[in-house]
Amino acid sequence: MRRRWPLLGALAIAMAVSGFLPLHAAGAAATVKVQIRNFAFSPKVLNVRAGTRVAWSNLDEEPHTVTSAGALFRSSAALDTGDGYAVTFSRPGTYAYYCSIHPMMVGTVVVK
Amino acid sequence: MNDHPEDAASGRRHFLKCMAWAGTGTLWLMKGGVLQARTLDRGAVGDPDASFSFVQISDSHIGFHKAPNMDVVGSLRASLALVDAQPRRPDFLIHTGDLTHLSRADEFDTLAGVMGEGRARQVFYVPGEHDVIGDNGAEFFRRFGQRQQPGGWYSFDHRGVHFVGLVNVLGLRAGGLGYLGAEQLAWLKKDLAPLSAETPVVVFAHMPLWPLYPQWGWGTDDSAQAMAYLRRFGSVSVLNGHIHQIQQKIEGTITFHTARSTAYPQPPPGVGPGPGPLKDVPPGRLHSYIGVREVRHVQGRQMLAITEEALP
Repeated sequence: MRRRWPLLGALAIAMAVSGFLPLHAAGAAATVKVQIRNFAFSPKVLNVRAGTRVAWSNLDEEPHTVTSAGALFRSSAALDTGDGYAVTFSRPGTYAYYCSIHPMMVGTVVVK
Repeated sequence: MNDHPEDAASGRRHFLKCMAWAGTGTLWLMKGGVLQARTLDRGAVGDPDASFSFVQISDSHIGFHKAPNMDVVGSLRASLALVDAQPRRPDFLIHTGDLTHLSRADEFDTLAGVMGEGRARQVFYVPGEHDVIGDNGAEFFRRFGQRQQPGGWYSFDHRGVHFVGLVNVLGLRAGGLGYLGAEQLAWLKKDLAPLSAETPVVVFAHMPLWPLYPQWGWGTDDSAQAMAYLRRFGSVSVLNGHIHQIQQKIEGTITFHTARSTAYPQPPPGVGPGPGPLKDVPPGRLHSYIGVREVRHVQGRQMLAITEEALP
């Protein structure tokens, strides 16, 4: 039995890397950061694996929001300077979002 | 258009100086069906020829507490003190939106409290995008709405002038500008229909109702349709806020104006990375710029003023 644990571990890592493991089995989800700065989301287009936690932080003097186009994920409240907001994307898809205060600010999270 | 001819260099300096003040409003005088603008100034004098006047204030941003203005409540109070100091009492005030910074209940409370201090005053409000965060404006309309239409827009007549308050900060779309929407446009068409072309019309809304600088969101996607309904009138004045500085444009019989903020200035179109607060106002100088300049008088069919105000 003792010798089989490393094998299971290796299998789990392989499954996590290939994206087959459900979120809870992969342990803590990876977090990818998006900065809100100078009235723009950076990076504007973010490619992540399913299960990734995307964390926005507002570095502007102006408040902003992270608002899902089409309400595909839960939108944020107003984010004042220094405020953050995070969403874990468990399903593959293309998630467009914008700032409801400054709608010319747009971004996309592509989940694979 | 400009009362104070200036050469290009001093014009730019003067322009920046004018941008670097806050804490006041615009006094509007109605003369022969044409609006004339004056910034509120301690030395303002009455105009016996005007049939009536009203004041526009805008962008109070209650809740903002950063450079260059740590006391936006104080600067709003200072604006209202200037209104009260006018020798002839304005008939009412129009607040063209962004009462608050974050649509918070305590911010609305503060704004309502300050507006209710001192003299009783009638105020007509339209929301800014900062007033409708998270609840599509429910709290704003509950407190400040005119309750004429479900969408919050409204009109009224005052001494022969037709006033229209529009809402262009709801239903915004990703990548878009301000938005009026089909329902509001249909209402506007119907609202204007019975009026004679001689009726002076004043339209007010938060975001500019012309493509002032779309790259920064300074415009309204479907404003052209609204203007199509207004073009037949002999005198139309469009009053907006949002950009925290004075810009003007004249298109035939329609004149467009934006107002200063009572809270903080923003940079001229395209200057700097974005339309955030203009922070490099010398310490202690913010209020000293109050009333530094009288706005040019706006009369009928003249050339665009905005070309003078755009930076070289």
